Amino acid sequence: MNQTATKYAREIEDLFAKYPADRKQSAVMPLLHLIQRDFGFINKQAVRDVAEIVGITPTEVASVVGFYTLYHDTPQGKYRFQICNDLPCALRGADQFLAELCKSLGIQPGETTPDGMITVEAVMCLAACDKAPMFQVQGPQGITYHENQTVEGALQLTKELAGKEVKA
Amino acid sequence: MSNLLLLRHREIPNLNRLDIYVKNGGFKAFQKAVTGMQSQQVIDEVKTSGLRGRGGAGFPTGMKWSFLPNNLWPHYVVANADESEPGTFKDRELLEQNPFQFLEGLAIASFAVQAHTAYVYLRGEFWQQAAFLDACIADMQKAGYLGDKLFGSDYSLRIYTHLGAGAYVCGEETALLESIEGKMGQPRLRPPFPAIEGLYGKPTVINNVETLANLPYIIENGAVKFMQYGTAKSPGVKIFSLSGCVNKPGNYELPLGATFRELIFGLGGGIPAGRKIKAILPAGASSSIIFADEKALDTPMDYESVPALGAQLGSASVIVVDDSIRMDWLVNKTVHFFRHESCGKCTPCREGTYWMSHLTEKIVHAHRKEDVQLLNTVARQMQNKCLCALGEFSIMAVMTAIEKFPEDFTASKGR
Ligand SMILES: Cc1cc2nc3c(=O)[nH]c(=O)nc-3n(C[C@H](O)[C@H](O)[C@H](O)COP(=O)(O)O)c2cc1C
Ligand code: SF4
Ligand code: FES
Repeated sequence: MNQTATKYAREIEDLFAKYPADRKQSAVMPLLHLIQRDFGFINKQAVRDVAEIVGITPTEVASVVGFYTLYHDTPQGKYRFQICNDLPCALRGADQFLAELCKSLGIQPGETTPDGMITVEAVMCLAACDKAPMFQVQGPQGITYHENQTVEGALQLTKELAGKEVKA
Repeated sequence: MSNLLLLRHREIPNLNRLDIYVKNGGFKAFQKAVTGMQSQQVIDEVKTSGLRGRGGAGFPTGMKWSFLPNNLWPHYVVANADESEPGTFKDRELLEQNPFQFLEGLAIASFAVQAHTAYVYLRGEFWQQAAFLDACIADMQKAGYLGDKLFGSDYSLRIYTHLGAGAYVCGEETALLESIEGKMGQPRLRPPFPAIEGLYGKPTVINNVETLANLPYIIENGAVKFMQYGTAKSPGVKIFSLSGCVNKPGNYELPLGATFRELIFGLGGGIPAGRKIKAILPAGASSSIIFADEKALDTPMDYESVPALGAQLGSASVIVVDDSIRMDWLVNKTVHFFRHESCGKCTPCREGTYWMSHLTEKIVHAHRKEDVQLLNTVARQMQNKCLCALGEFSIMAVMTAIEKFPEDFTASKGR
């Protein structure tokens, strides 16, 4: 048994129960979600482990990691602030929100703060268009939504998250 | 009691709790179907109701179900909760606030086609909604609304959630099936259609969350009562997601056939002070752009009238654009979205969205006439050549913006 299989033994059992017995490949995405949440990205070893668990090639798993935007194959900030600046949100000031937040943090969209805590990225519509400016945070808690935001509020949240880390 | 059919949670507090849902008539329809109706009767009732798919294409739901062959088993039902069209946020409200009505609808659809397993495919960003839905499903199982031998019958049903991971194209039904099977979400060649060879190669029904949420009402009250709402060809109510340059954005439930004016200037509170309405995208970023004149504002929002304006109702994601916005900027946004979301499987869409975004980026900065002409040419060359509708969607706003607002593509003031 590989490390991933050991770490997630119980989850894997539950996952396999969701799908037909001969369709273990269906568990690929939920497994990758667990790894993404717990490690912040999916490395080559994890790809090989997942391939072994569900019985497909590492290349096939890697193509899934590459295809979907919520899986990352390189480490970035511990918390990814993903700000929607798609059309409806942009009509309500999302581009300015993104620019100001980045400026306050001293980074460009796509970059990470020097302490490695916060990455800010622009993303596509998150189904919260009536509550712009808004963003989601992808991190160790999975994904959480933050709607009707102000730059000050978002900055406060970056501090809280980074602060929690220092204490822990 | 509630006067709303889908957004009932706005009038009934805590409707997302199983006990409250049951107290308000929940699962009566599912029980009625399983204990008192043949599956064919359920299909016939939904056919009679005229219910059309709320996910975008508006295909008659009962008819879709009747395509499943009765000599190929098992059958599957998949609920499409991918909701990623820019401007669409209605399914999310249902999942969070009225999940049991949706799940009961999914159970009714499953009984209608005699599926014993159903999946809910949620976009990966709906991580919390998926966890909540898992809890709802567990509650239903405990209370005997899911599992084996339901209501003392021979019918059994299980429902599972499956999370995507950020890919708009997975809302396309065959890409969605690929994604559940653990692959890249690229659309399949059709035929075969999912009704014959769908999930795991088996006959499969795919329905939108909102479509399914209509079913308890139809089965409990009958098709005739459902048809009292809406128009003859577009019966029922619809959730309109209103966004953009409007005072009160949000979801609004209205009968199909209500006008743009009622939605935007009535419920939506009109356009922010000092500005005028300029254009409407009635179906999110995939829309043709409507010139918002008086005639357009008085047009009924249904599956027949919106096409008469040269656009589509789609999933009814109404994006309002005011006169401070330039169309070159707007199509740069929509094209950027489609370039990002193109799955890359077919050349016209992969290359076309790339070139269009290159050109729109240039146009917003330089406004060269040749670039605008070239953009229009690229869009027209993509038309009818793409493997799935995503590619076709990507050119709608581009072509209609250039046609209806040519002055916005030449250098001048404003955004
Ligand atoms: C690119 C693309 C994206 C789509 N996204 C969604 C979506 O997010 N949700 C949805 O229900 N249907 C979506 N659809 C439509 C589905 O393919 C399908 O028609 C629909 O789920 C069928 O359900 P209905 O008949 O109940 O509407 C999309 C289609 C395309 C081509
Ligand atoms: S049209 Fe675009 S999204 Fe659809 S299959 Fe072709 S490349 Fe993929
Ligand atoms: S456009 Fe930002 S959430 Fe929809």
